[in-house]
Amino acid sequence: MDWTWFHKFGSPPHVYRLAGLLTPWFAWPAALLILGALYGGLVLAPPDYQQGDGFRIIYVHAPSAWLAVMIYAVMATAAGVGLIWRMKVAHAVAASCAGVGAWFTVVSLLTGMLWGKPMWGTYWVWDPRLTAQLILLFLYLGFMGLRASIDDVSRADRASAVLALVGVVNLPIIRYSVEWWNSIHQAPSVMKMDRPSMPFDMLAPLLAMLLGFSLYFGAVLLIRLRAEILRRERNASWIREELT
Amino acid sequence: MSGPGVFRAAVWVVQRDLRLATRRPAQVLQPLAFFAVVTLLFPLGYTPELAKLRAIAPGVLWVAALLASMLALESLFREDADDGTLEQFVVSGQPLTILLLAKTATHWLLTGLPLTLMAPLVGGALGVPFAALGGILSSLVLGTISLSLIGAVGAGLTLASRRGGVLLSLLTLPLAVPVLIFGARATELAIAGDSLTAPLYLLGAVAVLGLTLAPLAAAAAVRIGLE
Amino acid sequence: MSELTAENIWFYRGDYPVLRALSFALRAGECLQIRGPNGAGKTTLLRVLAGLLQAEEGVVRWRGEAIGGRESGFLASLAYLPHQPPLKAELSGAENVHFAVGLRRRCTAQQVRAALQRVGAAAFADRPVRSLSAGQRRRIAFAALHLDPARLWLLDEPTTNLDAEGQSMVSELLEQHLAGGGLSVAATHQALALSAGRLVALELSGVGE
Repeated sequence: MDWTWFHKFGSPPHVYRLAGLLTPWFAWPAALLILGALYGGLVLAPPDYQQGDGFRIIYVHAPSAWLAVMIYAVMATAAGVGLIWRMKVAHAVAASCAGVGAWFTVVSLLTGMLWGKPMWGTYWVWDPRLTAQLILLFLYLGFMGLRASIDDVSRADRASAVLALVGVVNLPIIRYSVEWWNSIHQAPSVMKMDRPSMPFDMLAPLLAMLLGFSLYFGAVLLIRLRAEILRRERNASWIREELT
Repeated sequence: MSGPGVFRAAVWVVQRDLRLATRRPAQVLQPLAFFAVVTLLFPLGYTPELAKLRAIAPGVLWVAALLASMLALESLFREDADDGTLEQFVVSGQPLTILLLAKTATHWLLTGLPLTLMAPLVGGALGVPFAALGGILSSLVLGTISLSLIGAVGAGLTLASRRGGVLLSLLTLPLAVPVLIFGARATELAIAGDSLTAPLYLLGAVAVLGLTLAPLAAAAAVRIGLE
Repeated sequence: MSELTAENIWFYRGDYPVLRALSFALRAGECLQIRGPNGAGKTTLLRVLAGLLQAEEGVVRWRGEAIGGRESGFLASLAYLPHQPPLKAELSGAENVHFAVGLRRRCTAQQVRAALQRVGAAAFADRPVRSLSAGQRRRIAFAALHLDPARLWLLDEPTTNLDAEGQSMVSELLEQHLAGGGLSVAATHQALALSAGRLVALELSGVGE
């Protein structure tokens, strides 16, 4: 029973300080990895035998698309923890995830469209991956919209947590249904990344970029989490001590 | 305690909501009229050629059904929350999930079922062959059950928010994508005269999953909404 | 022996503690009258007791067991009459009573009639609730309460909008309920005409610490 009390008053300052300590450990490796991967992907990797240099956008597109999905999973997990154990910091994590996740989704959509222009001659094709990303964007927008429409933070936390959990159950079904829909309508699908023969100097920058993006997400999440905690605890006495 | 069983309480809720519906028939008829009007706009806005209409009929039918089902959602929990009925559900000692499932069933009886029954009329206007109606009806029955269940979650979640409306659509429409895809595909196959077993199974699977999980989510959402 | 106890209840709205370290104990046959200015947390306390709100800290016990969970055992022995009587405007008073009670127990049309008679609502029981006055609606709600087998009544402003005769009707119902071994928690400013020893007062102060 004392746990709710502990989480309410005990945990936020601790998490706030811990997040501050951890941020550089995510930010610096992220910067190095992303720069290295950019160099590796844009300069060192050989041009694709079919797509020439056009394929190089994969180094931004694919990691953003993965992150967009992964962040939703992180968000739903945090929301679930917050809901089950009535843990406010977990809700703050979920709330901090949404914006970042939505932006990665937007980036993956934009880079997908940019890639589509040379490949398909048009910016938008109802490719299953792009379509699923678009629906994911709406799931993020729904999550943020629901949060924004509820005044009381605690109710906003729990209502949006229920939505995130419903979304995470639904997400695989949505992706499956979109794949299924695509397989029937035979829309072109050029973005097949799972070619077994991707040479190492093409693949390595991609993996480095994925790791770099993940660490970048970690850093941004920690910064946003600190801001979120400050906003929620603005009347708490520990903040006055912390900031003076 | 010799209280009524869960099942009886659920039947009680359905009876009450049906009787309420008879007191405000306009509210019940609106989504149905909407469904008819939206589908009938397509021949006017696109082409009166039945062959062309037949090609887009699956999409038109399902999008219209989705939106019509959504129209009736706004009032699904909101009125009961405002007049205190939902609070009485929570303190009744009966499982909230079952009572909300009963309300969702009423929503289906008043929108999903009539929409399905209207499909032959509306389908006829879109050039759907008579032989396809059986398949279309069965896909609509399964699909609208899922739509009501997904909608119940959305309606529960928006209880806590200041405005429902657009937000409710934003929450529920993405979740309804699989139903739309499977349902439209089933309709397409039915019109082509092919076997629609695969999409029907998928629609059935979604409905079963919805029946299991949606009432839990809706109950959690309603409890939060009532605080 | 105390059937309903609250131990050190804290409840927050945002950062503001609405209920602060609140405790009480209530025995069978007693009515706890919650008093206090507007905003003192009277309704909040009733909603915590009904399990509609969860206290941040502290525990409410019913016959020694915490109500925290969703045990229908507690909820089945509870009736909550909020400030706004929970009635459907389109249905008649009799229909409202019938459906409200039917959710919890079997009851016949005669029992509904008798209850409506008892609270002085027989004359307008067949009109849609929409057309009734606030006091008439409250009588309808009391008819449903009268038929409810609950041992614990949570009443929010039970006598508001009622005329003198209605208020004494409520006092009679309450007295009868308590005499039968029932308990009640009532948030009200008005004096409740109960026999000696039944009333326990709880004063909530609206002022922050």
